[in-house]
Amino acid sequence: MSKFLPLWPDQASTMSGQVDALYIYLLLVAGVMTALIFVAVTVLAIKYRRVRGREAQQIEGSTILEITWSVIPFFVMLTFFIWGAVLYFKERTPPADSTEIYVVAKQWMWKFEHMEGQREINELHVPTGQNIKLIMTSQDVIHSFFVPAFRLKQDVLPGRYTTLWFKATVPGRYHLFCAEYCGTNHSGMGGEIVVMEPRDYAQWMAGGPAVPLQETGKQLFATLGCATCHRSDVQGRGPNLVGIYNKPVLLEDGRTVTADENYVRESILNPTAKIVNGFKPVMPTFQGIVSEEQLNALVAYVKSLAQPTPGSAGLQNEPAASPAQTQKTQVQ
Amino acid sequence: MASAVIPANQAPKLNYLNNGHSLRSWLLTTDHKRIAVLYLISVTTFFFLGGFFAMLIRLELLTPQGDLMQADTYNKVFTMHGMIMVFFFLIPVVPAVLGNFLIPIMIGAKDLAFPRINLLSWYLYIIGGILITHVMLTGGVDTGWTFYAPFSTEYTNTKIVEAGLAVFIAGFSSIFTGLNFIVTIHRMRAPGLTWDRLPLFIWSNYATSLVMVLGTPVVAITIVLVAVERLFHLGIFDPRLGGDPVLFQHLFWFYSHPAVYIMILPSMGVVSELIACFARKRIFGYKFVALSSVAIAVFGFLVWAHHMFVAGISLYAAMIFSFLSFSVGVPSAVKVFNWTATLYKGSITYATPMLYAFGFIGLFTMGGLTGLMLATIGIDVHVTDTYFVVAHFHYVMVGGVLMGYLGGMHFWWPKISGRMYPEGWAKLSALFVFVGFNLTFFPQFILGYVGMPRRYWQYPPEFQVLNVLSTAGASILAVGYLLPMIYFLWSLRYGPIASDNPWHAAGLEWKTTSPPPTFNFEETPVVTWEAYNYDEIPDKELEAPVAR
Amino acid sequence: MPDSPATTQVATPVTAMEHEAHNPALLHHFVDAQQQKNAASLGMWLFLVTEIMFFGGMFCAYLVYRLKYFNAFAAGSQQLSIALGATNTAVLIISSVTVVLAVKAAEAGKRKVLVGYLAVTVLLGLTFLGIKGFEYREKFERHHVPGPTFQFTDTFDDNGRQIPVDSNEAQLFFSLYFAMTGMHALHMIIGCGLFSVLAVLAWRGHYSPGYFTPVENAGLYWHLVDIIWIYLFPLLYLISRHS
Repeated sequence: MSKFLPLWPDQASTMSGQVDALYIYLLLVAGVMTALIFVAVTVLAIKYRRVRGREAQQIEGSTILEITWSVIPFFVMLTFFIWGAVLYFKERTPPADSTEIYVVAKQWMWKFEHMEGQREINELHVPTGQNIKLIMTSQDVIHSFFVPAFRLKQDVLPGRYTTLWFKATVPGRYHLFCAEYCGTNHSGMGGEIVVMEPRDYAQWMAGGPAVPLQETGKQLFATLGCATCHRSDVQGRGPNLVGIYNKPVLLEDGRTVTADENYVRESILNPTAKIVNGFKPVMPTFQGIVSEEQLNALVAYVKSLAQPTPGSAGLQNEPAASPAQTQKTQVQ
Repeated sequence: MASAVIPANQAPKLNYLNNGHSLRSWLLTTDHKRIAVLYLISVTTFFFLGGFFAMLIRLELLTPQGDLMQADTYNKVFTMHGMIMVFFFLIPVVPAVLGNFLIPIMIGAKDLAFPRINLLSWYLYIIGGILITHVMLTGGVDTGWTFYAPFSTEYTNTKIVEAGLAVFIAGFSSIFTGLNFIVTIHRMRAPGLTWDRLPLFIWSNYATSLVMVLGTPVVAITIVLVAVERLFHLGIFDPRLGGDPVLFQHLFWFYSHPAVYIMILPSMGVVSELIACFARKRIFGYKFVALSSVAIAVFGFLVWAHHMFVAGISLYAAMIFSFLSFSVGVPSAVKVFNWTATLYKGSITYATPMLYAFGFIGLFTMGGLTGLMLATIGIDVHVTDTYFVVAHFHYVMVGGVLMGYLGGMHFWWPKISGRMYPEGWAKLSALFVFVGFNLTFFPQFILGYVGMPRRYWQYPPEFQVLNVLSTAGASILAVGYLLPMIYFLWSLRYGPIASDNPWHAAGLEWKTTSPPPTFNFEETPVVTWEAYNYDEIPDKELEAPVAR
Repeated sequence: MPDSPATTQVATPVTAMEHEAHNPALLHHFVDAQQQKNAASLGMWLFLVTEIMFFGGMFCAYLVYRLKYFNAFAAGSQQLSIALGATNTAVLIISSVTVVLAVKAAEAGKRKVLVGYLAVTVLLGLTFLGIKGFEYREKFERHHVPGPTFQFTDTFDDNGRQIPVDSNEAQLFFSLYFAMTGMHALHMIIGCGLFSVLAVLAWRGHYSPGYFTPVENAGLYWHLVDIIWIYLFPLLYLISRHS
């Protein structure tokens, strides 16, 4: 990207090329249409300019023409829609083998926490060639996570998780912007995505000691007393949480919901909202007791319980191995 | 030239302008034409106020560092620019000025159905305007014109409630105007003026009024909820208390998306009038152009969530709203094609109003096509909330609405003021507007795609060249807007006296005097002809169609 | 829409000054009384449409949160008095009848009957507001008014099973309860004011069988306010009485 007059953004994710391809198609169609209208207006305006002795010819209109220029644009637009929708579906569907990174936005900074426990502020290191899924929430107002080089953007909302996934392709440093107006320092709420070769990334990852996220979650699970009811050996007063992640849960009122991140989050903050069939609504709320970061750790822990060997310490030290295992359990 | 100037020995006739000179006769008038003039003055004032804020924005963005003003000040400046331009300029401008003046005359009525409610609308607008000015002078607001919760309800400490009240009151002005127009168009048409004989300006204002009546109350209650939430912390939009901020966005855009059709539809009506007159032809496919206005108004209500593709709505909701958004594209395209086809075998002159109509077609086409890109969800994810969106809606709002409005002002100025404007200056300023506009906003498309988010006070240095281009364009654009202001004022005193029908145009408004008498017509006309019957209108003055 | 131009009945063009003498209530810019009446009633119907959209925003918010927090909404609903709500519903329905009778009286030119029915309507409106005020007072006493003093410790009694509910969610129910009934009460107050003015004007003989459009339009307004309550009552008071 030219530093003087950038006319096209860097391409740094698998999505960039796909978005650009569609954009170029749209530009071509729009260019042809604009040229058509401009030329038609200019030619007609000159050819039929007022001349002495020539009167305008009154033409009522033509239903055939009207139908033609309604139907043809409609089908052209249909191609826009289908291509765009397919692309959007890809943009919005994280592959099952994604490495997860938790993101907390606040006025006016981005906080990241890797599964391995590394924390970063306004800078996110990711490896190339790895699917990364961001699980994002906001501590205050609405923000938006925007990386132009990846062609991706997702609003980050308070009170729930939204997700975004990407697979970086080219090492380098790329702009991260907040794209949803969030107050005084909105334009300063940016940072950089540092894309690294997997080898460099592993080196960076090994840089400092850190407690893996689900380990932090496990400790919290114990200190907050969750484990007294949510037992992993027998059914306690609360449901056994082993293996529930991403599984359907039958609720008291007969509905079935999928136990995704937002479900786990809601169940911690607002336990009476969805009561699991066969259990009593006895759990107190943890709203205001746990911070967003602690909540992320708890969610990460509950998700780790979906592993075949819950709480296994071995997988946290090998970042490359954990997503693969996650994938196995999720596709079951 | 002879028919363009009333002979000097004829005594000035009583018209709406010289029928009473006291301030009271203006401020308590129920004459729709005088109210239109009141609107003209107030809307113009707000336009230049909003324009002043636009210049501040462009000046700040000359350099990547935020060095002209503080971040907070900048946030307040773009908020005021948005609020003033949207609620106090774009929404009222064409309906309240040109619509107010022309609708009763075009349908052969003596006034709108509810003249006193019409005056009330203006007062509501003024009260709203005074409130927003007061907000501006005593600290401002910094939420952007969109009031997004929970920033607006819990986090900012600026004057949300007062600004909300201003918008609420201005909203009721708009509701009453729309209500008045609908009733007038249904009930007050002259004998013989059936629906298929109505000028397209009436059709488009009718469609606009439907949107005003159906949409504005929703934004009104939404703003009430924001204010109540802010005052009492009820939690309706606050996730900490169980509320949902995305619900705010749904309610807000349910009005605010159709609101863009409130803005553009009347200008489309103006353009239809201009093209018919200066091509001296009936509009090609009259029925389709008329019905496309109604179609745009109806579809416009079904597409609001396309502002929210990355806001956390479900995948499938996004797909449905994307599809529906394209449906608005069809009637819009139909209009553009029909205008172009009207030129075919016409007898075209290039008076200033026609230049603006040409400009409208070109810029609206670009604005519309980039709108289709935004409706394409896969692309929208990348460009939403960037300068691409800013460029897109300025192409529609400024390139479209304002071009149509200026075209209409030049076209009907002889009717409104009884004087001709100076054609040479007008053509020059039209050129300034067109060139300045494109230079200002075209670079913003590129800026958006390379990734500059909107509402940024400072930005990475590589975006500077495009921003400088944009600011340079804005200064040319400013000259283009100041010129008409000057020569219109000049023409009030020094412009050549206009004849009743200087353009030899069809339409009832040209069958009364310039300026019209207070009750518009000496006798209620009986309409026996179709709209745009240019074949029946003698056009003898081929050499000098415009009085100089 | 049946709207062939109303002026087509007029065979000869009418000048601006000519018709002013006929009817003092006829405004100068209308051709005849029929056109004026048609315009006024279409205008009123459109205004009612804007009112529906206005309340529609709140109904929409209600719908979203009721689906999301059913238990809290049901628990909140159980704290409202069905007896008082039902009484108010009855009062409003009766008042709609008296409004219809008032319009009939105006049509027949019975001045005293008209004034009587208008007065009864105002009284019924005030009765409604009184009962509503009583309900509001009870909410204050029990700290069910949203805000810093809000307290909600009740549970949702689902056929004998007690389900505890989140106090924030219950607060949302009461927020919407106050927003919706408050906005409705504001409309009732405006309606009472309107009918009081009409009653005075009617007493002074402003209305005749040839001209009673204001009475008719105020009646339409009152019916709409009534209908909105007919929706509010089940939504707010009765939702938990299912199965």
